[in-house]
Amino acid sequence: MAYVDLDTLIARIPDGCRLALPPDYSGCAMAAVRRLIGRGAHDLHLVGVPTLGFQGDMLIGAGCASTIECAAVTIGEYGPAPRFVAAAKAGALRIIDGTCPAIHAGLQAAEKGIPFMPLRGIIGSDLATYRDDWKIADNAFGTNDPILLVKAITPDVALFHAALADRHGNVWIGVRRELMTMAHAAKATLVTVEEIHDGDLLADDRWAAGTIPALYVTALAEARNGAWPIGLRGCYPADAAHLAEYAALAQTEDGFRQYVEKFIHGREVAAQ
Amino acid sequence: MVEYSPNELLICAIADMLGGLRHVAVGVASPIPGAAALLARSRSGGTLRVSIVGSEDNNFFTDGGRELFDCAAQGRIDAFFLGGGQIDGAANINLVGLVAPGGNYPRTSLRWPGSFGSAYLYFLVPRVILFREEHSRRSLVPRVDFISAPGSSDDNLYRPGGPQALVTGRCIFAFDKGRRRFRLQSLHPGHTADEIRANTGFDYDEPAVAPATAAPDPESLALIRGRVGQEIAEIYPQFARRLADVDEYRT
Repeated sequence: MAYVDLDTLIARIPDGCRLALPPDYSGCAMAAVRRLIGRGAHDLHLVGVPTLGFQGDMLIGAGCASTIECAAVTIGEYGPAPRFVAAAKAGALRIIDGTCPAIHAGLQAAEKGIPFMPLRGIIGSDLATYRDDWKIADNAFGTNDPILLVKAITPDVALFHAALADRHGNVWIGVRRELMTMAHAAKATLVTVEEIHDGDLLADDRWAAGTIPALYVTALAEARNGAWPIGLRGCYPADAAHLAEYAALAQTEDGFRQYVEKFIHGREVAAQ
Repeated sequence: MVEYSPNELLICAIADMLGGLRHVAVGVASPIPGAAALLARSRSGGTLRVSIVGSEDNNFFTDGGRELFDCAAQGRIDAFFLGGGQIDGAANINLVGLVAPGGNYPRTSLRWPGSFGSAYLYFLVPRVILFREEHSRRSLVPRVDFISAPGSSDDNLYRPGGPQALVTGRCIFAFDKGRRRFRLQSLHPGHTADEIRANTGFDYDEPAVAPATAAPDPESLALIRGRVGQEIAEIYPQFARRLADVDEYRT
């Protein structure tokens, strides 16, 4: 399987592509995202599955994203996502507002190879007014029962971080199965991993049940602490002091530039 | 008289709405509802299930981010909490931002995070409790600028769920589904009906005399200051520290 270095991995994310990213509580490939910013990636169309967190705010602040499609941009207890709020205010970002289940459903349609997925709720929300990729139809099996159809979401690339992969390219994601859905739906899946497992993750059902088969994985890179400063379930918690420092600096354009200078263009700072 | 903090009053008032339920889910950015759900679980002797988005200790889902929503659509979630930068008198909620008059969305003069799962869960969870601590004419408005999720729907729309109540830092409103309006249900200690009227941007019904929101009982306070506080600290460490801040206490 194609294990490559980080720069080679992110070279497979072309400018202008539709890039699916997980939320902060899942597996964020932060080391790869820093390289993307360092490269000066631009015109990315980010799909938050279903929300964007710190990596979304950083990519927006660095001018790498021209469009975002998600249910929200949030950095949780650290306050409003500062570069997102600033970009929205400046009108510098195309925002495709959605809702969590519609993003999951759109990806599920893509993984099934069907054009849309019907979904309850949502009708009557202003979100639906502004989405030309959502339609209201009649339930074909009922009467007088309007239902929303969500167009399939097929990302060009899915990018995430996981705790473990084996040398065959099978990636263990445990219960974070939105990562599985992303890999099924995307045309290419790029993964950074904390650790390479000597053995076959598919050989033992206890691992296999939480494993994305190599079939869906385009390329991998080993990246220890690859989710830092976000946490990785079962491996390490978020670096709260660093995230607070980011949230404080990113309040201003200048502060954000300082952050990028120090932690992205400067030394690649590893946690511990 | 037992001392309690404003947070503790709100946690108990919300927990009182969760008695006898099977499964309560809590979304992001919801420390007070999260603590209320955990308090209700402690009171239930463990029969209530609580799932909190973003938690590792209180999240039993194994099928990824979609499972919460699939679960709700099947009727497996009894209660959920929503907020909003703006909430109006028809219980419409806005989590997107302020849109200048004339309505040129997606341009916003103030942008909030986004709608999250509100446009779905508001329709499907039977008991949705709206929570917005700031009770002002800025947050409680005649008409929201953007409807992330509507308070009610046409009769032919599949909608087993909807708003039950709106809890603020000053009072509790009950939502009357038939009249599509709020009704003042109780005033938190120290607040008056005139003050509520003056600080609420939408019209609502009210009784001749609104009762006081029940003060927390000693058992609930002991749970909040013990087990519940420890449990909520996993997700909201900053909130959990403030929760124990005696400077905020009053009698």
